[in-house]
Amino acid sequence: MSITVRDIRKNFGHFTALDDVSLEIPDGQLVALLGPSGSGKTTLLRIIAGLEFPDCGTVRFDGRDITDHSARERRVGFVFQHYALFRHMTVFENIAFGLRVRSRKLRPSNEQIRVKVNELLKLIQLQNQAQRYPSQLSGGQRQRVALARALAVEPSVLLLDEPFGSLDAKVRMELRRWLRQLHDEVHITSVFVTHDQDEALEVSDRVAVMNEGRIEQVGSPDEVYSHPASPFVYNFLGNVNLFHGRVDNDRTYIHESATGNLVFVRPHLLDIARQPGPPNSFRATTKHINAAGPLAKIEAVTEWGAPVHIEISQERLHDLQLVKDEVVFIVPKEVAVFRKNGTS
Amino acid sequence: MTASASWVTQNVPSRPRAATKATSEPAAVCWLLTGVALIFLGAFLFLPLAVVFGTAFQKGLSFYFSSLSEPDALAAIRLTLLAAGIAVPLNLVFGVAAAWAIGKFEFIGKSVLITLIDLPFSVSPVVSGLIYVLLFGLQGLLGPWLIAHGVRIIFAVPGIVLATIFVTFPFVARELLPMMQAQGNDEEEAALTLGASGWQTFFRVTMPNVKWALLYGVILCNARAMGEFGAVSVVSGHIRGLTNTMPLHIEILYNDYQFVAAFAVASLLALLALLTLVVKSIVEWNARLQLAEQVSAGEEVAR
Repeated sequence: MSITVRDIRKNFGHFTALDDVSLEIPDGQLVALLGPSGSGKTTLLRIIAGLEFPDCGTVRFDGRDITDHSARERRVGFVFQHYALFRHMTVFENIAFGLRVRSRKLRPSNEQIRVKVNELLKLIQLQNQAQRYPSQLSGGQRQRVALARALAVEPSVLLLDEPFGSLDAKVRMELRRWLRQLHDEVHITSVFVTHDQDEALEVSDRVAVMNEGRIEQVGSPDEVYSHPASPFVYNFLGNVNLFHGRVDNDRTYIHESATGNLVFVRPHLLDIARQPGPPNSFRATTKHINAAGPLAKIEAVTEWGAPVHIEISQERLHDLQLVKDEVVFIVPKEVAVFRKNGTS
Repeated sequence: MTASASWVTQNVPSRPRAATKATSEPAAVCWLLTGVALIFLGAFLFLPLAVVFGTAFQKGLSFYFSSLSEPDALAAIRLTLLAAGIAVPLNLVFGVAAAWAIGKFEFIGKSVLITLIDLPFSVSPVVSGLIYVLLFGLQGLLGPWLIAHGVRIIFAVPGIVLATIFVTFPFVARELLPMMQAQGNDEEEAALTLGASGWQTFFRVTMPNVKWALLYGVILCNARAMGEFGAVSVVSGHIRGLTNTMPLHIEILYNDYQFVAAFAVASLLALLALLTLVVKSIVEWNARLQLAEQVSAGEEVAR
């Protein structure tokens, strides 16, 4: 089911959580709402779920206006950041809840419920934990139960609020790959909220980057990472060096005092040379060299005292034989320039 | 209260030794503190209790039972049960509704409602009784109209029931409120997105999570409803066999120098108090046990 959000506005008192937000989510896609805390992403998700209602604007499922429908009528699956499992019910009863509360006409028989729940338990690989209580499970297991519970009612849309936010790094990695696999199997339109750029870029088909109640950019993970539409997106997705600069004849020069333009360069798009290179290269002094990991990370300081982060391959580091406190030339391979007021 | 509290803490599952060592006191301090507590309890709780039962049985078992089965005493017991039987269920419904509204929703006037719920705690019971006399009494605001229509509230059973409801209404709400607030709305929202109706959410999700607090609130509410003296005394009119509750009946007997009969009825109230304490301890113990089980199970998984 496709989701269309149009001109949504939401205030909490004097705080504007969403400021004229429009977003199109095509059928069957897995979309990430990415942004820092307070950017309105969770509010947008809750408005899509019907747990919160917009001050103005519309929400449509498959073109049908459901802005005034309650969460109950919308038939969405919602996974909460802190799981929100029913603590007095076993894993089995948690998953069965959505089926048991149906009106008598629509309610499956006990046998059907048992079959369905066991199917889902198998899907989340917790067959042996059916009679346990949520408090007896680990965080990752709880989140999987929450997901199974949401899927049990066969929702038209799956919404996940920071689904891996309170898990440790390793479980998080496993679980997000698992979510991607699951989505490839069931193809249910899914929206998940995250503040973790890696998570958003790795799992989703499309990413909507949010900031201060607005959507800054929507696109495939590659698009938003490689062609950020605004300084904010550039900054938020991945590490970045920020310089001032000037543009002459389509060439960008990085300087201390040049005004008017902001120049963004990713650390891995900077190279290091011993000799002055192209005219846009500049001088810096190496301060710290960290060779651990697939890329060597070098911290340097420009002549005017600004810090620079550079990432080069291990081979390149080996060829250069860099040492600490050495004066080198830094060559930008690719830069992004934004005018001071924000547009590129 | 103090007795049951110390009894319960002893039942908390023992912690790993390293944790207790850091917080334990020298033996002498332990004995001193325990001794002080026991002496205090003995002087203010056990001694009076012993006196009540001792005096009640002074003239033998048959006198004890005859003073309880005397018509006026029976009427008082019946009226007390009636007042509590009406006040407790009503306050149960009111308390749950109020705690639910305050704990789970945001609305204008919320803090006013919280203050109002506490009002009966802060107002002297005598004043609570007087409020009803001023409202429904002969010289009261609504009194003349009510009398003209043949409705008697003051110096009659309705007044006693009203006064009892008023003084006991904070108990259930006060017990539930912290629980409901602490648990937040997540589970209710989850139930809602899974298609549960408001009632289903309430009975299947909200209530099971607060059942021990609820039971505890009802027990306290009932104890107070049966033992209330001040407010009921003002509105009752002390008509023997008609508007006397057990506490009022005890007072009358006592003022008539019928000490043994007074203490016999008093022993019933004391028994009720003891029973309440036992049930309360069991409830607290159960709730704690459940919590401890959940916590230890959670720790096991975390390890």
